[in-house]
Amino acid sequence: MSRWYYYKRKAVNGLVLSLSGVAAAVVLVPLLLIFFHTISHGIAIISVDFLTQMPKPVGESGGGMANAIVGTLILIGLGSVVGVPIGVLAGVYLAEFGENRFAHVVRFLTDVLSGVPSIVVGVVAYTIVVLPMKQFSALAGGFALGILMIPTITRTTEEMMRLVPHSFREAGLALGIPQWKTTLRIVLRTALKGIATGIVLSIARIAGETAPLLFTALGNRFWSTDILHPIASLTVFIYDYARAPFEEWNNQAWAAALVLISIITILSLLFRFFSRSRYEGQHS
Amino acid sequence: MIASLDERIRTLLRRVPAPGMGVENSSRHTNLGDRAFRGATFLFTFMIVVLSGIMVYQMIDGSTLSLREFGLGFVTSQIWDPVQEKFGALPFVYGTVVSSLVALILAIPLSLGVAVFLAELAPRWLERILSFMVELLAAIPSIVYGLWGMFVMVPWIRETIEPPLSEHLGFLPIFEGAPYGFGMLAAGLILTVMIVPIIASISRDALKSVPRAQREAAYALGATRWETITLVVKYARSGIFGATLLGLGRALGETMAVTMVIGNRPIISASLFDPGYTMASVLANEFTEATTELYLHALIEIALLLFTITIIVNMLARLLMWTMSRTISQGGRA
Amino acid sequence: MIHTLAQPQLSVVNESANVQPQQNAAKMQVLHLSAYFGKTQALKDVSLDIMEREVLAIIGPSGCGKSTFLRSLNRMHEVAGGRISGRVLLDGEDIYQRDPVMVRRRVGMVFQKPNPFPTMSIFDNVAAGLRLGGMSNRSALTDVVEESLKRAALWEEVKNSLDKSGASLSGGQQQRLCIARALAIRPEVLLMDEPASALDPISTAKIEELIFELKRNFTIVIVTHNMQQAARVSDRTAFFYLGELIEIGSTETLFTKPHEKRTEDYITGRFG
Repeated sequence: MSRWYYYKRKAVNGLVLSLSGVAAAVVLVPLLLIFFHTISHGIAIISVDFLTQMPKPVGESGGGMANAIVGTLILIGLGSVVGVPIGVLAGVYLAEFGENRFAHVVRFLTDVLSGVPSIVVGVVAYTIVVLPMKQFSALAGGFALGILMIPTITRTTEEMMRLVPHSFREAGLALGIPQWKTTLRIVLRTALKGIATGIVLSIARIAGETAPLLFTALGNRFWSTDILHPIASLTVFIYDYARAPFEEWNNQAWAAALVLISIITILSLLFRFFSRSRYEGQHS
Repeated sequence: MIASLDERIRTLLRRVPAPGMGVENSSRHTNLGDRAFRGATFLFTFMIVVLSGIMVYQMIDGSTLSLREFGLGFVTSQIWDPVQEKFGALPFVYGTVVSSLVALILAIPLSLGVAVFLAELAPRWLERILSFMVELLAAIPSIVYGLWGMFVMVPWIRETIEPPLSEHLGFLPIFEGAPYGFGMLAAGLILTVMIVPIIASISRDALKSVPRAQREAAYALGATRWETITLVVKYARSGIFGATLLGLGRALGETMAVTMVIGNRPIISASLFDPGYTMASVLANEFTEATTELYLHALIEIALLLFTITIIVNMLARLLMWTMSRTISQGGRA
Repeated sequence: MIHTLAQPQLSVVNESANVQPQQNAAKMQVLHLSAYFGKTQALKDVSLDIMEREVLAIIGPSGCGKSTFLRSLNRMHEVAGGRISGRVLLDGEDIYQRDPVMVRRRVGMVFQKPNPFPTMSIFDNVAAGLRLGGMSNRSALTDVVEESLKRAALWEEVKNSLDKSGASLSGGQQQRLCIARALAIRPEVLLMDEPASALDPISTAKIEELIFELKRNFTIVIVTHNMQQAARVSDRTAFFYLGELIEIGSTETLFTKPHEKRTEDYITGRFG
């Protein structure tokens, strides 16, 4: 009886442990498939032309997505203008003066804000920017992306500033350096790599956003760098071309997805690089 | 020479008021530059509060017509007819909740398996590789999931998954009807793929934060590895539950991937094979088409509804994760 | 025991006025200073004078308030969230009525653990206080950096690697770098909080030699838990116990003929 019980326990142990290994393998299947399909569909299309030409009208073959690449860069730039100053300075405030009730409220708020669906942020950007200006615009898209950047940047900035040992702050103050200069020129500078990591991470995230752009930046088949007008983006390009009833366009959507994934993977690798050298820089 | 340099430094550094030093009277306790700096950073921090307030205000203000016209009936009515200007959000609420629940049911065991494997079983090198891949999975934009779902997963579901299901389990209402591919099942599956990395990586962190002593105690009592793990999982349950809720929040608000595979029809059907519609999808599809003011207000009300639901789910998630970290720190102290 | 210790100020023997005739006026005067962390009182009604160009050592068992006392002298105590009552005069002016930034420029500090700024080079570390204080003249900065490093007895070791990170130096060198950094802003008083406690014996000896040199130009207050060190480097020594100043006097007197039983117990190793 007790021996039987012992074997049963052993068997359950083995079974469940292997199941968890299977789960880990199963989860990776979609990742591999997504990479495989994106690369296999996209690689044939990608060429210098695809990256540098404008989209061709319906019916004509070829064409590229130069305007979408530039549009995405402009949108990221606009988003950073909104998101980086608020995120970094709020993070500095939370790290240096953040022992009060207000700071706790803000921390909770940024956590919750990071869970707001991006499409909802798009709706808000529509009511705040598009409605008053009576015009879809890159500006509205950038505004939406900027809001989406804030939570990540705020939290990483705070965490990175807190990692800087208190003794550096004391050393600065004891030299008769005012606190604001100590914070900016010593603490912030020490934490800079980590903060840059947070910014890169949030850029990687917004570079892939589509939903908040659908009714703000809208999309544009033509060349435009005017931030007061609709602008193209990689993600909206993929969405439009994926739904189009032409196979060639569908393939171009795959190619654009490959470009997008490459950008994001490069940013993630950059993130890894930054976060690794941060530890090296701290104690040596 | 040295003395004169000393003098120069002293005069420079002691001059009053020096840059950012302020005048005698106000600088007794804090430096003027310091107060300005604190004020400036406070201002930017306060903007987060203001932005959050504006978001809520804009959505309420932007949906007044619809709120007034339909009241509570907005969430109980099944009819969404822009031509007749009749707006009921029930099909979208239903689609959102059901697709997310399907995803959750599939994702919970999978993510737990992955989390346990990463935190407890995998050797260090494998854990690092797998963790990186799981993070990568979380970093893929939803539009790419949508693209893949549309062109690869949907045909696969239509040809490989749905026919045998309807053949053998067709008597169940959830597997009734013709296999379209596009529909609730596809939405649930793509959401599963998207939320597993989130739930798995946060659960892994929760498992890893369980104090060593808990594990050793179990082993010392003669528990098998699996029995020890159940204990650890139990200990980390609030963190894992929080992770699950975060995943749910993500699924509820997910737009692009779902929009591209769910079929986008505002109907309520028990069968997972049938197309559906979610709150996020209807916003994505119809927002730019809202020709009348009431139509626009109805859509913004849907955004408000979605916002409210996800905020509640997220707040619960944060609360649970907070409880988890408190349990840990108390356990560490005891 | 507790009862006798709780007795107030009466038992303090303050010899500052008559034992050090060669010293000039008091550089700093501490009057009825008490310091608190929240509700805990870390210093109880301490009064003493710090003479111009003397080395005053503060000794006492850990937790006796000696670090708190030191940090009250340049308003660093409040940085950690503490508060004080009483007065601290620097050249007759109450530092708690002054801008703390200005106070800290006149009263410099060296910490227990060397803390060079990790993102700055050796040169920039020494120049930090001046640069961030508004001095931008490159040639003057170069002069000051060289001069300060020489005074901190570090120049010969680093003169060819001024561009290297301050964190690349050894522990003892880092501490001398921190001393150079503090000296660069030409403080009048230098506070040292157990500056050698994290260092090896050779580095410690170097720091002690340095203190000997520095006292020609600076007033120095040094906290140490090492009584031999106090005896070696200081002119006068103050003994703190449980937040109170028990005794202050010339180092020689204090170590050979202490007036107080508790001082004697401590220096002979009977407690602490």
